[in-house]
Amino acid sequence: MTDNIKPIWVFIEQENGQIHPVSWELLGAAGRLAADLPGGRVEGIIAGHQVAGLAEQAFAYGAQRVIVIDDPVLAHYRNGPYSFGIAIAVKKYGPEIFLVGATTMGRDLASAVDTRVRTGLTADCTELAIDKEKKILAATRPTFGGNLMATILCRTSRPQMATVRPRVLPTPAPKTATAGEIVREALGMREDEVAVKIARLIPAEDEASIEYADIVVAGGRGVGGKAGFGMLQTLADALGGVVGASRPAVDAGWISLAHQVGQTGKTIRPRLYIACGISGAIQHRVGVLGSDFILAINNDPAAPIFSIADFGIVGDLYDIVPELTRQTKLARA
Amino acid sequence: MAIHIVVAIKQVPDTSNVRINPETGTLIREGVPSILNPYEVHALELAVRLKELHGGTVTVLTMGPPAAAEALRECVEQGADRGILISDRKFAAADTLATSYVLATAIQALDAELPVDLLLFGKQAIDGDTAQVGPGVATRMDVPVLSCAIKVERFDPVARTAVIHRRVARGIEVVNVRLPVLLTVEKEIAAVQRAPLANMLRAVNFQPELWSASAPVAFDPAQIGIKGSPTIVGAAHTPSLKKAGERVTANPGAPAEAVAAALAARPHGGGSCLDHHSGGTPGEAEVSPKIIVWGVCRSPYD
Repeated sequence: MTDNIKPIWVFIEQENGQIHPVSWELLGAAGRLAADLPGGRVEGIIAGHQVAGLAEQAFAYGAQRVIVIDDPVLAHYRNGPYSFGIAIAVKKYGPEIFLVGATTMGRDLASAVDTRVRTGLTADCTELAIDKEKKILAATRPTFGGNLMATILCRTSRPQMATVRPRVLPTPAPKTATAGEIVREALGMREDEVAVKIARLIPAEDEASIEYADIVVAGGRGVGGKAGFGMLQTLADALGGVVGASRPAVDAGWISLAHQVGQTGKTIRPRLYIACGISGAIQHRVGVLGSDFILAINNDPAAPIFSIADFGIVGDLYDIVPELTRQTKLARA
Repeated sequence: MAIHIVVAIKQVPDTSNVRINPETGTLIREGVPSILNPYEVHALELAVRLKELHGGTVTVLTMGPPAAAEALRECVEQGADRGILISDRKFAAADTLATSYVLATAIQALDAELPVDLLLFGKQAIDGDTAQVGPGVATRMDVPVLSCAIKVERFDPVARTAVIHRRVARGIEVVNVRLPVLLTVEKEIAAVQRAPLANMLRAVNFQPELWSASAPVAFDPAQIGIKGSPTIVGAAHTPSLKKAGERVTANPGAPAEAVAAALAARPHGGGSCLDHHSGGTPGEAEVSPKIIVWGVCRSPYD
């Protein structure tokens, strides 16, 4: 580490050789931060087993250097060995900023790394910037259930850590013909030192993947029941999209948690979001703001969802949704 | 074999009732009810069930203002044996790093009195939603942490092992772990049952044990409160959301026709208007239904 280079680290999250796309979103953000931070340089860190090949993918998204911790103990994510190895690397290389995806894995990992390093960590950020005067990370996050946005500063300790949800930030376009430096670090922990053994994985029954869908048709309280979600599924199928839901619909048991959009569910940024019978509580709206286009259908003209809609239809969704389905099928025929 | 379970709880404002002063951008606390963080209601229920099976003690602790005694009282109603309130002005403005220091230090003191077999935390607190304190405490205590736990398949205090199910991105991970372990729990971990009358009566006269920053445990002044917190809130504002676009009102007499007419009335210049917004993301060619296009073409960006 030299005095004038301030590495901005991104955790490259992988599972079974698949890199979570939030890693690229964060590399994009790290590039923007580096532009505003004198000495800022984008770097990645990846942990796992036989992941060196994966590490090179990060160069296309702007990483100039990737730290690789490759060890059989790291074949599957476990908090203990992952946080142990990464914390040692953090202490050795002294990054100025360290960004981690706010996924199930990332949140679990970041809080343990942060504690091992004894530094500041801001959870679930929706906006990252460099404070112009102080030249430190200004990490903005929703708090009190999304009712308030707070900008958090880490004044003294380093790195300044933050987790960011998938899809809060745009995915940068990969560059071709890029190269960078790979640095290998040893884990320094043996399997018999790990108290947790993974016995098996029960795959999710409902593989709803709404986070990265191009088109999401979502329903809320106004849908009225499980049957109504069948109607939304028909529209989603016609459009080539997937079905989402607001929290009240999930809480009512009409559809599973995997479909939930918003503060307590997933943040999404599809190219088209159709909100059916969703009033649009703040917690829901913040989760869909990144959508390219929002079509809202609600029978209440005062529903807050209309405040963020590009196009709103006031009316009965049981009339409108089948008509949208019919016309979509016509257009595609 | 009698076990000792520690449940860490937090009293939180009921965020479904939170109001923000639009002028100052600050929280209006008056009239907002305080509740026991919902995840911890389930954590405590698990603790009580395990105590019923194995015998032992459930200790509940919280760091918070004096009013948090009420949340501890609720825990006693639900079946906790002992409630500890760690409360001192010196703890104020603690971030998650300082909070995990205080809780870990307090639990280590409890562990010295009566060894702890299981530590339970809610998955996250609904006011801050950070999910950072549980893993932080485990890391400081050097015990394994399993976050997002949804089921205890087996808990064997004699063999000092447990089998835990936790929710991960791809499904449910089933893990074998040595005790003691720290779990952060989802609501499915245990369904809450009605508290027996005896507990409710006991709770009436309940007074928490009060721990200050200096006694019975002397916390390191450099690691608590604002001094021990590397992060500070620089600014706060209410979320600003983008402005409304165009609105069509369906005719109640003939809604479907009205929508169709509204669709037909929207001119579009041919091709996929989604191009305009998407910036050429992959999969574009697949998105071409005209019904989408009308909306896009009439968006405020055109």
